[in-house]
This record gives sequence, C-alpha cells and structure tokens, in this order.
Amino acid sequence: MELPIGESVENFIQFLLNNFEPIFDGIANILGGFMEGTGDFLLMIPPLFFIILLSGMAWFLANKKVALFTVASLFLVFGMGLWQSFVKTFVLVIVATLISLIIGIPMGVLSSKRKRLDRIVTPVLDFMQTMPPFVYLIPAVMFFGIGDVPGVISTVVFSMPPAIRLTKLGLNQVPEELEEVGDSFGLTPFQMLYKIKLPLALPSIMAGINQTIMMSLSMVVVASMIGTKGLGSDVLNGIQRNDIGIGFEAGLSVVILAIILDRITSSLGTITQRKKA
Amino acid sequence: MEKIQVKNLVKIFGDNPKRGLKLLEKGHTKEQILAETGLTVGVNDVSFDINANEIFVIMGLSGSGKSTLLRCLNRLIEPTSGEVMLGDSNITSLDKKELRDVRKHKFGMVFQNFALFPQRTILENTEFGLEVHDDITEENRKEKSLDALEKVGLKGWEDKYPDELSGGMQQRVGLARALAVDPDILLMDEPFSALDPLIKREMQDQLLDLYEELNKTIVFITHDLDEALKLGDRIAIMKDGEVVQVGTAEEILTDAKNDYVREFVQNVNRSQILTAEDIMIKPEELLYENDGIKTAKYKMKRNGLSSMFAVKGKRKYRGIIRLENLIDAKKEKKDIKDLIENTKTARPDETLDELFGDMADLDVPLPVVDEENNLLGIIVKGTVLSNLAGEDD
Ligand SMILES: Nc1ncnc2c1ncn2[C@@H]1O[C@H](COP(=O)(O)OP(=O)(O)O)[C@@H](O)[C@H]1O
Ligand SMILES: [Mg+2]
Repeated sequence: MELPIGESVENFIQFLLNNFEPIFDGIANILGGFMEGTGDFLLMIPPLFFIILLSGMAWFLANKKVALFTVASLFLVFGMGLWQSFVKTFVLVIVATLISLIIGIPMGVLSSKRKRLDRIVTPVLDFMQTMPPFVYLIPAVMFFGIGDVPGVISTVVFSMPPAIRLTKLGLNQVPEELEEVGDSFGLTPFQMLYKIKLPLALPSIMAGINQTIMMSLSMVVVASMIGTKGLGSDVLNGIQRNDIGIGFEAGLSVVILAIILDRITSSLGTITQRKKA
Repeated sequence: MEKIQVKNLVKIFGDNPKRGLKLLEKGHTKEQILAETGLTVGVNDVSFDINANEIFVIMGLSGSGKSTLLRCLNRLIEPTSGEVMLGDSNITSLDKKELRDVRKHKFGMVFQNFALFPQRTILENTEFGLEVHDDITEENRKEKSLDALEKVGLKGWEDKYPDELSGGMQQRVGLARALAVDPDILLMDEPFSALDPLIKREMQDQLLDLYEELNKTIVFITHDLDEALKLGDRIAIMKDGEVVQVGTAEEILTDAKNDYVREFVQNVNRSQILTAEDIMIKPEELLYENDGIKTAKYKMKRNGLSSMFAVKGKRKYRGIIRLENLIDAKKEKKDIKDLIENTKTARPDETLDELFGDMADLDVPLPVVDEENNLLGIIVKGTVLSNLAGEDD
C-alpha cells in the first residue's frame, strides 16, 4: 500500500491553482515586469558606470580594499563576456532578498513576541531549509510557469528562513534590563520596538540579511533549471554542452558576486553597531 | 509634590497567584506557600508612606523583595493586590495610557547595572527619556540633557560611548538620564552596589548634594546598611517580602523592633552614625556668670563635681569653671566671670568619629553648642562608650 501524501499535496496545489489562478497570474505579471524592467534599466546604463557605482558603494559601506576588489573583479566579469548574465543574476538576487526581508523581518518580529506563533513558525522554517531546494521548483512552475518569476519565488522560499531566524534571535537577545528602561520611561510597545529592540538587534538582523543573500546566490543555478536567465543558465549550458570553460567562467562570476555582496553587507553589520568613525 | 502611599501591597509570582493570596490571609509563611503551591511571595502585605521630598531607603538582604517592591511603585511589576497612591491618584488603577504618562513625567529610574544603550552616545543616552515626550523640541531636549549631564559632573563627555566610561561615570549617565525628564520621584535600585567602595562613597555624596539642590523624592534600594544610614531620611527594612521596620536611622539603630533588625544593625560602626546630639546629656546644674564664688563652690560641692560649665543669661555658653581656680581666687572678687576658661565645643551634628580627637585629651565633658552659642548639652566619656557598645539608655 502506498500512503497518499504526494497525492494530497498535488490535490492541494491543484486546489490553489483552480481557485486562485488570477492572483498567481497577477503576481507573475507584476514581479516579472518589475524584474525585466530593472534588468533592462541596469543593462541600459554603461557597464563602466555600473562598476563605478557598485565600487563606490563598497567603498562607502565597507572599505577601500573591498572597493578595489569590486572594480577588478567586475572588469573580469565584463571581460569574460558575462556582463548581461551577471546583471540578470544581480537583479534576481536583490529582488529575492528584498522580498525575503520584507516578509522575513516582520515575521521575525512577530514570532519573537508571540510564543504560539513561534511554535508554528520554527518547524516550518526547519522544514523549508532542509527540503532539497529542487522540490520548490515544481509548484513554482505550476503556479508561475517558467522563467524569472518562479525562480525568484523558489529562491525566496529557500532564503527567507535566516532573515526570520536572526531577526527573532536578535530581538530575543535584547537584555531584559534595557527593555525595563523603556518601560520605566513610559514607551509604547511600538516605541520599544524601534527605539530599543530593533537598534540592539540590528547586528543580528544584518547577519540575517547577509545569510539571506548568500542563500539566494546558492539558488542561482537551481533556479536556472526552470528557465531563470542569468549566470545560472550559463552554468547549466556548460553542463549540458559539456563545456567546462563556460561553466567555470559563469561559476567564477557567481563567486565574485557573492564576495562583493558578502563584504558589503557584513561590514554594514559592524557599522550599525556604532556610527562613530 | 505628592507623597506615595503603599497600602497592603502583595506580589506573588507564579501561575494563578490568587491562590497564594488566600494562603497568605490564612497566615501561611513565604516558605510554606512555596512548598505547597510553588508560588513565590515577592512582597508580603506591605504598607508605608513615603513623604514628599525625602530619601526613603529600602534595605534588606538579597531576595528579600526590594526590587519587586520598588517595581510595584511604577508597576513595572504588577502587584497581585493592594494599592499604590501617588497623592490622590491611584497608580494601581490607571489604564495603560495613563500609566505611561505617569511613568514619563513622574518617575525616573536608575538601575543597578546602569542599563545604558551601548550604541548610543552619552548625550543620546541621556536624551532617551525625553525622546518620547511629545511636547518638547529637539533643541529643548538637548538643552535639558546637557543640563542633566552637567549636574552629575559629566560635562564634556557627551560624545563618548558608555563602554569608554568607568562604572561610576556610567552610573552618572544613568542618573542624568533619569534627571533629564525632571521627575518628581527617583527610583533607584541598588544604583551603587556594582561600584567599588571609594567610588561608591563619592556617588553617595554627590547624590546627597543633588538631593539638596533639587526638589525630589528619592526611593533608594540597598543591601548595605551603612549606605542606608548615610542616605536615608527614613529606612524600611525588608525580610522575606515583609517590611519589618520603618524608621529614621536613629530609630533603627537604637530601637530595633525585632532580632532580625538588631542583628542587621549589630555590625554597623555606630561611631559614624551617632552624632553629638544623639549622645549628649543634660548637664545636672549650670553656673551663671553672675554667680558669686561662694555660690559656685556650693553648687560644685552639692553635685560632687570638680568643674562646671558657665552660661550667660539663660543658656549662652561661656566656658568652664574649675574648683581649684575657685579655691585660689582672691577674696575681693565678687563673681566668677574672670575665672571662666575657654574650652573646646562640639556642634550637634558632628559624628562621634569626628569627636573622638577632641574628647581624647579632655579631662572634662565636652559641651555641645548650636550656631547661636546656646549650650544644648554635654557629652560625658562614659555615655560615649555605652552608646558605642549599643546599649539602650
Ligand atoms: N519574575 C520573577 N518570577 C518569580 N520569582 C521572582 C521574580 N522576581 C523576583 N522573584 C522572587 O521574589 C523574591 C524577591 O526578589 P527581589 O525583589 O528581586 O529581591 P531583592 O531585590 O531584594 O534581591 C525572590 O525570592 C525572587 O526569587
Ligand atoms: Mg534586587
């Protein structure tokens, strides 16, 4: 005998599809349009300008070393002829990260406050993170077809847990005594959150953001299997054509993007702890 | 300013604390209740008043319920039963918003471990309380905070961060943060306990100076009796959640209500606490400067003394007359005016510690006089010793 677990999941997905199709279509259209627009815009501006912009950010948010690395490595990407794929992947990662944070940080805030919600959220997060990411591809395709949108959605599902977890962790680590200070001065719960808890949790939240970015990068190649364009699809091409050269170059570019984003966001975490020079 | 009244306050920690309330009414002790129900009695039926503009010290060993009691005053801890009144308003019945307003404007709190925000500068820490006041401009906020920092002696440190300051200075920031909102009442939970002794004494002195200068009620918690005696206008001693005695330092020292307080008090260095006023006695008889030599001799003989103090008018202090001088005096002298010798005197508020030096090389009692030179009493060596030994007279 076979347990009908797979079947019931299928039925459930089918039910969602039958009843909420317009919603999924709407999301697909808006998100797809947004990503395409952003990608096109970034590709319209000259690569040199983009490189300068990103290195400037690296300099401002991290330090000179990171800025130099950014310039050199981006020229390398450009030189390898992977600029277009790079920008597409960049957009994918940024959009996926933003969505993860927009949902994840408030979820973290809520589950740090409500024990009952937390008891539901924690196992779901564990589940999301342990499930092989390929599995997300199937319903993503069913809901959103193939292309960039299902790629972003499955990336979000995979990369959101650290944003939730580390936000929650940071908030729970705020010393009780400091919360008491807030209470003793008559703060409202909302003032308590933004004047005391979030600032003190910021390093942890920044670590969550950093991890979310890294997790979305690790989804790049997987997402290309359902038609998401970018460096991932180049790697996939390399595999399919048995072309180690193109595969390596695209893989290297993913690593470069990872390093740049990691350096910038991890130094952001230390900056926010103290705004002093 | 308003006085605080605490009426039958009880705090029981744990699930369903009302159960414990019933047991308390039946007279069960804290330990019994813990054993029977697992509930912890934090504060057990406490009543007392805190006068406006006094330093009220709550003292007791660790776990005796001091912090819980203090937090019941501004309801950081919600009392299980009983009332806290601030003037005419019942703190215990305020709704959330009213309570926030009272906390914002009436109370300023100082914490044992300073509780500063590490990512804020000293100035930003000080401004914290005012940031949630909506009737204040940014400039005004800064001005008040700088003012508070100056009061605690931290002018010039505004832009530092807490971890760049010593413990004593950090607690000054804590104090400035509380003062900045200009509250009527300062709630201080063992504010100096984390500091080393010298710094601690300095902070106590500074607090006393500020207290003189500002018009505030201070509720101060400590487990250190010396600190309590030094700061407290009145002291409440707690044990197992109960207040076992409330009184002035003097009352606590000389009139302990039970063994617990007596034991607590035993270790105090009484010489630092008792003042001239506390131990002086009434002189048996005085000489008046117009007394004749014969009268003087007679008075001394009657009292069995070899010297007596002389006053002018009713009790303006003049000095001492010794029997040998009376005997040597020329017959033609009418009164004793010329025979009066100057002596050392003490002020009523001098502590025994300060008096020891003067007393050591005196063979006569030490007169205590006030600012108008009125003789208030005399200190005899014998009484000093008995007071130090802690006997009640
Ligand atoms: N949140 C709490 N939950 C349970 N018990 C508590 C809590 N806070 C304090 N207590 C208990 O109440 C008693 C009084 O504690 P506390 O007021 O902190 O004493 P003190 O400040 O005098 O050291 C202690 O027995 C303590 O264990
Ligand atoms: Mg305490």
